[in-house]
Amino acid sequence: MFKDIGKLFLGNKKALFGLLLLTFFALVGIFAPFLAPYDPKNNRVETVTVLSEERDRSRTISREDLDESTEKRVYSQSVHTTYERITKKLPLKGKPSSEHLLGTTHSGQDIFSQLIWGTRVSLTVGLVTGLFTTLLSLCLALIAGYLGGLVDDIISLFTNVFLVIPSLPLMIVIAAYVSVRGVIPIILILGLTSWPWPTRVLRSQVVSLKNRDFIKVSKSLGEKPAYVVFREILPNMISLVMASFFSSTMAAIIGEATLEFIGLGNVSVVSWGTMLYWAQANGALLAGAWWWFLPPGICIALIGTSFALMNFAIDEISNPKLRKR
Amino acid sequence: MPLATVNTMAEEILRLQGVSKHFPIRSFRRFGEVVHAMDDVSFSLGKAEVLALVGESGSGKTTTASVIAQLYPITSGLIRLADPQAPDGFRSVSGKLSRKALLGYRKRVQMIFQDPFGSLNPTHTIEHILSRPYVIHDKVVYRRGEERRKTALKEQLHQLLRSVGLEPPQQYLDKFPHELSGGQRQRVNIARTFSIEPEIVLADEPTSMLDVSIRMSIMNMMLAFQEQKQVSFLYITHDLAGARYMAQRIVVMYAGMIMEIGTSDEVVQRAVHPYTKLLRSAAPAPEEGLKRNRLITQGDIPSLIHPPAGCRFHPRCPYAMAECSRLIPPLKEVEGGHWIRCYL
Amino acid sequence: MQEFLSENILECQELVAGYELKAGFVRAVDGVSFSLRRGEFLGIAGESGCGKTTLAYAVMRLFRDNAKIRSGKILYSGKDIANASEEEVKNLRWEHISMVFQSAMNALNPVLPIGEQLTDAWLAHKHGDLREAKTRALEVLKLVDIPEDRYNAYPHQLSGGMKQRVMIAMALMLQPEIVIMDEPTTALDVVVQRTIIEKIQELRKELQFSVIFITHDLSLLVEISDQLAIMYAGKIVEYGPASEVFLSPCHPYTQGLMASFPTLSGPIARMGGIEGKPPDLIDPPPGCRFYPRCRNRHSGCDLSAPPLRQVKPGHYAACDGEYHG
Repeated sequence: MFKDIGKLFLGNKKALFGLLLLTFFALVGIFAPFLAPYDPKNNRVETVTVLSEERDRSRTISREDLDESTEKRVYSQSVHTTYERITKKLPLKGKPSSEHLLGTTHSGQDIFSQLIWGTRVSLTVGLVTGLFTTLLSLCLALIAGYLGGLVDDIISLFTNVFLVIPSLPLMIVIAAYVSVRGVIPIILILGLTSWPWPTRVLRSQVVSLKNRDFIKVSKSLGEKPAYVVFREILPNMISLVMASFFSSTMAAIIGEATLEFIGLGNVSVVSWGTMLYWAQANGALLAGAWWWFLPPGICIALIGTSFALMNFAIDEISNPKLRKR
Repeated sequence: MPLATVNTMAEEILRLQGVSKHFPIRSFRRFGEVVHAMDDVSFSLGKAEVLALVGESGSGKTTTASVIAQLYPITSGLIRLADPQAPDGFRSVSGKLSRKALLGYRKRVQMIFQDPFGSLNPTHTIEHILSRPYVIHDKVVYRRGEERRKTALKEQLHQLLRSVGLEPPQQYLDKFPHELSGGQRQRVNIARTFSIEPEIVLADEPTSMLDVSIRMSIMNMMLAFQEQKQVSFLYITHDLAGARYMAQRIVVMYAGMIMEIGTSDEVVQRAVHPYTKLLRSAAPAPEEGLKRNRLITQGDIPSLIHPPAGCRFHPRCPYAMAECSRLIPPLKEVEGGHWIRCYL
Repeated sequence: MQEFLSENILECQELVAGYELKAGFVRAVDGVSFSLRRGEFLGIAGESGCGKTTLAYAVMRLFRDNAKIRSGKILYSGKDIANASEEEVKNLRWEHISMVFQSAMNALNPVLPIGEQLTDAWLAHKHGDLREAKTRALEVLKLVDIPEDRYNAYPHQLSGGMKQRVMIAMALMLQPEIVIMDEPTTALDVVVQRTIIEKIQELRKELQFSVIFITHDLSLLVEISDQLAIMYAGKIVEYGPASEVFLSPCHPYTQGLMASFPTLSGPIARMGGIEGKPPDLIDPPPGCRFYPRCRNRHSGCDLSAPPLRQVKPGHYAACDGEYHG
């Protein structure tokens, strides 16, 4: 089953392209320290060179005879070092050049380095949030769908209520109330506002699987509920769970960028969202400094495309009607 | 209902007494209303007997099998299973059972489902599917080490597959359900059912979704199991001819109630209840000549949410009388062991 | 079949039709010839995958993208449907040859009232106004015993039997000469099935159209057909008057099929059915296609396929073994 999915995934052009894009960004994120030419947070580069190092001759300060064969001496020695320290302030609001591929910010940080380091934060936040959302909604879906009855009614009611509240304003309101700024609050906020949709989708699949004959067979054979849920129902949901993971991750990356763009994240963290925030705050859009706001925007769009493509591919794989013959 | 219906049999194994199953409608607007899927259903199943439950869709025949298989609880009535240790030889299984008691019950009563495609989990191999019953009911013989246990299980699985005509067995164990044809899948289903050697098998239209040419071999295989292992069958079908082929006795159901019970020959050849007659006349029987007189009625199966008062069949019955719409006729015996629910 | 040529209204000659797949061409209908007389009821029986439905769609020229007619002729009043232009076929379809599909659920539009669907079919072919169309629609609904007040009902408000009757009404809307019915009663209960079949027979006698009735239920078909064709693996293996085929089936496949339906009366004998499964139609075996499953096979059967031979006047079978019956 897993092997089949893997094979189809690699055989599908959309999926392959999406996977390659994701791999590219993941590698960039992992190797950011080696790839980034400058420190993304600093606007100056310091170089220290030792010009000369002079060591004085050692002198004996005192001498003492302890006994006939032993003596004690105390030496003194000192080192003089001469070095040069060049502090190079990076240009402010620099345009793209061979030194700064994407120019510099208003305070002189290298944008290209920021973009590379930002990949790490954006992707991590996206994947962690996607995983968190998917696990949360999967748990709720399995509980509601399998148990049914009152439990299902209550969970479904909450899901539907949250579903009709537009999630962006909700995120903004919550983020504004939370006093701690940082990555973890953002993950929690994004996770807590995006669970309803996947929950609803996954729950309906659990309900339809629960009514399939093979589940009735398992029950009439005497299988325990845990076995029915995790070994009979869950393996049949893999494609939908993966799809909801991809779409949650995509939504989380965009959601994170949105929150940070309007200044509700920790603005001292370097991510694509905060880059856009600083670009906006410093009038890059008005000044037409495209090298500042466009690259993070394109990256967000590309990573979104990669997840969307993988999602389409899963749709095609799990729905044979869409598969090309 | 009079329990005398059972007197034609040597030994009973399962007894349903006035069993009803009402499904509540989960809708705010129709709060409190129920679907009368089964009402006052009583019959008994003899040891090594094949009893056919015949009816159209919506007659409650699948619900009957499902409540016997304990897939959901009944609304009222009693389901009793033969138990030599109980004082009167029967133990009620319709109440809340402990997990152990339920597992013991399931070991004795198994169900085969209609859809050979839907009743095998597509994500498991045949080996996994068939080994589950042994794992659950712990019938695997093992003494030293797990390897021993595995080989013992594998040998059992091979035997099981051979017994349902899937040979050579090793060719099937690693396959997934979608790699098998409909007939092969139904054979796997039957193998799973018989792996724990149940005493009662509830077969819910096991051949209706198979190709015509292989239906007979599946039916014959079940008959062979019944003879060799002395299993009792509740064979559910909409096909009167198939019921006659398989069963010693036939129960005819309509809109959740039993209309007629009797031996196969009596119900098919000398049907008394108008509904059975209608069913009989609608079924194809080219061997009886091409110009048969047919009973034609109008109307459809009634709503099970608001079933008609009185006899459930009276709106379509050509012989309906005034009292048919007021009172539910009781089951009455027309001959030894032949009962109808009709005033005629 | 030569002697009926004068009265034939539809004649199918050596028709080859099937599906283009990656693995090759599936010869679902492989060299089928039959003829249909005016007012005749032709039954076509066979198990799933024998090509009976493909044959029906070929006569209607209703093909999805990968299906096609390879060779052969379908002659209807001198015109060859198999090679006619799409425009010509459009004129024939519904007006001269119409079809009742297996699943009324899929064939009826769920968001339109049935009356409108009937009038649409009429207006698409005739130059008349809505009033005439409505008159005709009410007329055909009356034919199939659907009360006038159901004219504005939506499909979901009707029972399964009523929907199937609406399908028959739609097929009769333009007074066709041939109605093809593809398992029109398979999804229905026996009693409803019987009332619909009685209705079809009554209408056929009244309106003088011919019927091609396709089903796997041989015992039903024997009762209702004039002529019977048994199909196996894309070929007609036996053809003749229904009572003749029923009383003395010649082909072992027909005999096996007969032995697959328990009887309602007479002694109960253990019946055999047919073991095994039909061959692969992409690359069919050279000899008789029934050879691997045949009980009366002998050497030679697997080398060349026996042609349809006349056994008795009007009764043909494609088997050169000794005939039982």
